[in-house]
Amino acid sequence: MSARSQILDGIRRSLHRGELGGEARAAVEQRLSAPPRGPSVARAQLPQPEKVALFCQWAEANNATVARVSAAEVPGEVAGYLARNNLPASAAMAPSPQLESYDWASQKMLSLRRGPAGALDHVSITGAFAGIAETGTVVMTSGPEHPVSLNLLPDTHVVVLREADIVSGYEDVWARLRTRYGKNAMPRTVNTITGPSRTGDIEQAMELGAHGPRRMHIVVVRE
Amino acid sequence: MEPHQWTSGYATAGARFHLSGNRSGAIVAGVSSSPPRRVALFVTCLVDLFRPSVGFAAVKLLEDAGCIVEVPPLQVCCGQPAYNSGDRASTRAIARQVIDAFEGHPHVVAPSGSCAGMLAHHYPGLFEDDPAMKARAEHLAGRCHELTSFLVDVLGVTRVSARYDGAVTYHDSCSGLRELGVKQQPRTLLGSVHGLSLREMKTPEVCCGFGGTFCVKYPEISNAMVGEKTGDIAATGADTLLAGDLGCLMNMAGKLQREGRAVKVRHVAEVLADMGDEAPIGESR
Amino acid sequence: MQSTARNFKHNAHDALRDANLQDSLSKLKVGFSERRRQAAERLPEFEALRDRARDIKDHTLANLDFYLEEFERKVLALGGHVHWAPTAEDARRIIADLCKGAGARTIAKSKSMISEEIGLNDHLETLGIEPVETDLGEYIIQLRHEPPSHIIAPAVHLTKDQVADTFLEHHRALGFTKRLTERNDLVAEARQVLRQKFLDADVGLNGANFLVAETGSSMLVTNEGNADLSNTLPKMQIVLASIEKVIPTLEDAAVLLRVLARSATGQESSAYTTLNTGPRRAGDLDGPSQYHVVILDNGRSSVLGTRMQDMLRCIRCGACMNHCPVYGAIGGHAYGWVYPGPIGAVLTPQLIGIEEAGDLPNASTFCGRCESVCPVRIPLPGLMRHWREREFERHLTPRTVRQGLALWSFLAQRPRLYRRLTGWANRLLAVFGRADGRFRSLPLASGWTRFRDFPAPQPGGTFHTQWARQRSRTRP
Repeated sequence: MSARSQILDGIRRSLHRGELGGEARAAVEQRLSAPPRGPSVARAQLPQPEKVALFCQWAEANNATVARVSAAEVPGEVAGYLARNNLPASAAMAPSPQLESYDWASQKMLSLRRGPAGALDHVSITGAFAGIAETGTVVMTSGPEHPVSLNLLPDTHVVVLREADIVSGYEDVWARLRTRYGKNAMPRTVNTITGPSRTGDIEQAMELGAHGPRRMHIVVVRE
Repeated sequence: MEPHQWTSGYATAGARFHLSGNRSGAIVAGVSSSPPRRVALFVTCLVDLFRPSVGFAAVKLLEDAGCIVEVPPLQVCCGQPAYNSGDRASTRAIARQVIDAFEGHPHVVAPSGSCAGMLAHHYPGLFEDDPAMKARAEHLAGRCHELTSFLVDVLGVTRVSARYDGAVTYHDSCSGLRELGVKQQPRTLLGSVHGLSLREMKTPEVCCGFGGTFCVKYPEISNAMVGEKTGDIAATGADTLLAGDLGCLMNMAGKLQREGRAVKVRHVAEVLADMGDEAPIGESR
Repeated sequence: MQSTARNFKHNAHDALRDANLQDSLSKLKVGFSERRRQAAERLPEFEALRDRARDIKDHTLANLDFYLEEFERKVLALGGHVHWAPTAEDARRIIADLCKGAGARTIAKSKSMISEEIGLNDHLETLGIEPVETDLGEYIIQLRHEPPSHIIAPAVHLTKDQVADTFLEHHRALGFTKRLTERNDLVAEARQVLRQKFLDADVGLNGANFLVAETGSSMLVTNEGNADLSNTLPKMQIVLASIEKVIPTLEDAAVLLRVLARSATGQESSAYTTLNTGPRRAGDLDGPSQYHVVILDNGRSSVLGTRMQDMLRCIRCGACMNHCPVYGAIGGHAYGWVYPGPIGAVLTPQLIGIEEAGDLPNASTFCGRCESVCPVRIPLPGLMRHWREREFERHLTPRTVRQGLALWSFLAQRPRLYRRLTGWANRLLAVFGRADGRFRSLPLASGWTRFRDFPAPQPGGTFHTQWARQRSRTRP
């Protein structure tokens, strides 16, 4: 008997039944194709402007910094943030159409390289697939326009998030994923990130910058 | 012997504990107009053997609240020692006996959250294979109450007539707290005791380390737990420790005394029944 | 991992005398529980979410074969691989073969309790493969050759100074010669050392908090981002998960995530929640080219359909141990195997045998605090009691306990005889204890009187004696 059937048959034996069939199977298939949502979290069920404000509030509570700017101000805000924090004015940037739409040439001092992050990159700039208002979380999907390493390797991660992409909770992100990638299809990696990397492993005291970025700056772009 | 013969309504002189409290019902809020309720007292084995005053305090509180109190004679123990040791057969036999003993009593009240919790939460599950017994166990479970919860939640009592000069701290015994929701009820009643002030511990809801047979099976761990508890108690500066379960109280009293701490330990019913002049647990006067 | 659960009492004895451990535990007892309480209070839907979380896991367990097959189908469709491991040995062999096939010399591991359960690190080392733990807590205990003492905070038993000494000892050769005193410096040094390991690793191995059947995704929750680095940089990702980690859909994951972080650390959300689905896609600029999932049973399927099934709802948040006063007194190592605390007390006997782990389900006061905080409402005291019942049925309960219990239960079922004996006992104890009101020592009660005085009964007879006397005097 294969290891696979050893386990699956063992489960069926313990559950006192054979392979699911008939109505029972139809019921779980139905549940899988139309997933029921859990209790909704009231605090994030808000009109869009308040949703954006809630996102910013929670992101800051989770040790990210937030700036709210217009599209034209994005490059200036990024350069300004790096300067204010004495960070290098060079960054690895995700090669995404959203980011390319900003006028980076306006920032003469800022040197950008498109592509995945390397070990020596101190700063990364990425877009975000969505923001979750409930917890101030940004959602990143991997693909040619967004290498995962940009979310993880550099010390400082600058995220450019459009207000329109801020949603209430995880469930809204799942719905957007299904719309964008097709039902039951997913990009290789979805990172949902809430503030900078941290650890409580020494005496339970939170310290930022364990393995991922020490700083996360979220630039929320007004429409 | 008929249960009604055991009612306490006639009790006066002769006993060590005089049930001469305020019978007029004047102190009872919201129940003076209702007919008296028949209540069967589940004494509990520890109260029976070590601290009868808790039983008499319970009788007085119930009578003051307008109840007629009966003490069914064939009761011994709720069966927890067997139940928590994995001896299901003995537990079932004892549960059967308790169910028989309290048959026909509209309310069963125990001065212990642990024993009341056993009857109210665990008896029905003992008879999954015996629908008739299960039904009887469920019927008992629905009628069974911890003392302070019965007074406050069922009878609507909010005040007692008692005086206790001192600062007390209150330990929430685990079963009462988590199985029966006993938390605010004793505090509500203590709030009406003249001269008494309540100083809460940092962690009144953390177990004292008694745990029935646990304290003798794992004495070192139990000791660490009760040591932490007594430290928390002492830090309040209270001169008296109260709780609603005698097992926990004996454990904490024994540790406080071994540590030489001058904290008096009493069951909450004693203070509520104005029997605060009784010698504290583990003390001779 | 070699079990010392049989020596539980001895382990506990040592733990109670370990000053560093006691110092660490004193912080744990207030920290985690207070943060969880605040997080639960901030979310009015928390209790409803716990109910739903329980229901989701129950539903999944009742259809576990279906969801596992569904998960497998999705992984295969995306070019990933699924390996089925009935036993720990099978899982070790599968992983070793994958590593060998990849020519791996170093693998970057992120925290996985299952890998502790199957003793993976020791096995890989014997094959000349270096497993590097990258979760900070796991890294610290790996350097110290210790097992984890907590399922989400593996080094919670250590003080900062112990960590500093460990780092100095092991990092000196790498050029870090200064003994550090600040936590953030310790974190920074570990980051620097481990960053190179991530870049060097050939294989990234992680556990999974959930496997999502709907999409074939493995889901990982961390605060450090170590799991994400380990499943992004190396060319092969191996996910090691047990059968009960599968859940139906992303919607179900949303519910479970909401209770997981709050129950574990009191955070609104952990910093990183990551879904990995198959290997890197055409056009992806990074990510592993191979994606393998190893699904371990190791005795779990036999728990389904029994009274013990509820233990498989566990989502490994650690709240039960954070709130357990016994764990708080002795820490995790005393439990003697991989899973400590209340969940360990029900899981360990299942995984290594009740003969070996018989003390674990007994070492509880049944205070119920674990059940009251469990995000999936596992009736932990009830499950521990089931184990005690099995021990009693199989005559594994110590003989003295059985004899004492038999005598007590004989008497308890004979009220009149019981009454007479307790009457004598009461009088005897009351007479001898009259002077002080208590005993400093008492025959047959040394377990009690070694640490505590034993209160003497009030004089005047038992309650029932007095009640009967009173009744006879007042009866007309």
